[in-house]
Amino acid sequence: MSLDLPLWASLLVAALVLFGAFLTLLGAFGLLRAPTFYSRAHPPTLGATMGMASVLLGSMVYFSVTGSRLFVHELLLIIALPVVAPVTMMLLARAALFRDRQVRRYAEEQSERARRVADELRRMEEEAAQHEVTASATTVSGTERDAEEGQAS
Amino acid sequence: MSALILHWALLGAHAMLSLGLLLAAYRLFSGPHAQDRVLAFDAVYLNGMLQVILLGMRNGSAVFFEAALLMGLLGFVSSAALAKFLMRGEVIE
Repeated sequence: MSLDLPLWASLLVAALVLFGAFLTLLGAFGLLRAPTFYSRAHPPTLGATMGMASVLLGSMVYFSVTGSRLFVHELLLIIALPVVAPVTMMLLARAALFRDRQVRRYAEEQSERARRVADELRRMEEEAAQHEVTASATTVSGTERDAEEGQAS
Repeated sequence: MSALILHWALLGAHAMLSLGLLLAAYRLFSGPHAQDRVLAFDAVYLNGMLQVILLGMRNGSAVFFEAALLMGLLGFVSSAALAKFLMRGEVIE
């Protein structure tokens, strides 16, 4: 590390770098703590815009002061990353919405199927009960039942 | 004096970024859905990029910036590809 840095420059660089790193840490903490995906999408953008820009500005000041000329190549990242970040976010949010919708549709289909099976079961039970009633009525005369069975077969 | 301030500031920033990277990596490994993992992957990439820039300041060489630039663009491309994969089941249609 070169040591020929004035005090104001080192203080400025230290403040910018620490601020940016703190914002990024805050974003990662929010990513860890937020409850749902849609709330989790918000905190990391803190580090992806302001934190990144702050660290890069610190780097810009550092290299411009230690070097003999102005270094602005960090502006490439400062401009490029906030431009491309929303593209990723939009693609990801649309994918998440699509997947959530698929999951919900699957659950609805399953519950609909379960309801249909339960209805069928209840209908069959009712039929069986009715059949039992008629069967107990017809057992009084066995001949009738035999005739019925013969008809059925 | 100024070198000392800079040294400790860079060290503290490194520590914070490493902690942030660990938190994002935890979310990457334990994310309940695939989209959470992609989000955490993006955050991990960003933290790594900032650490490369800090390394460049520590070594006083501007070469590290190019690596950081590559990391930023690769992070964008890979996150977009992963999101596309979650959406369609394939990356290039």
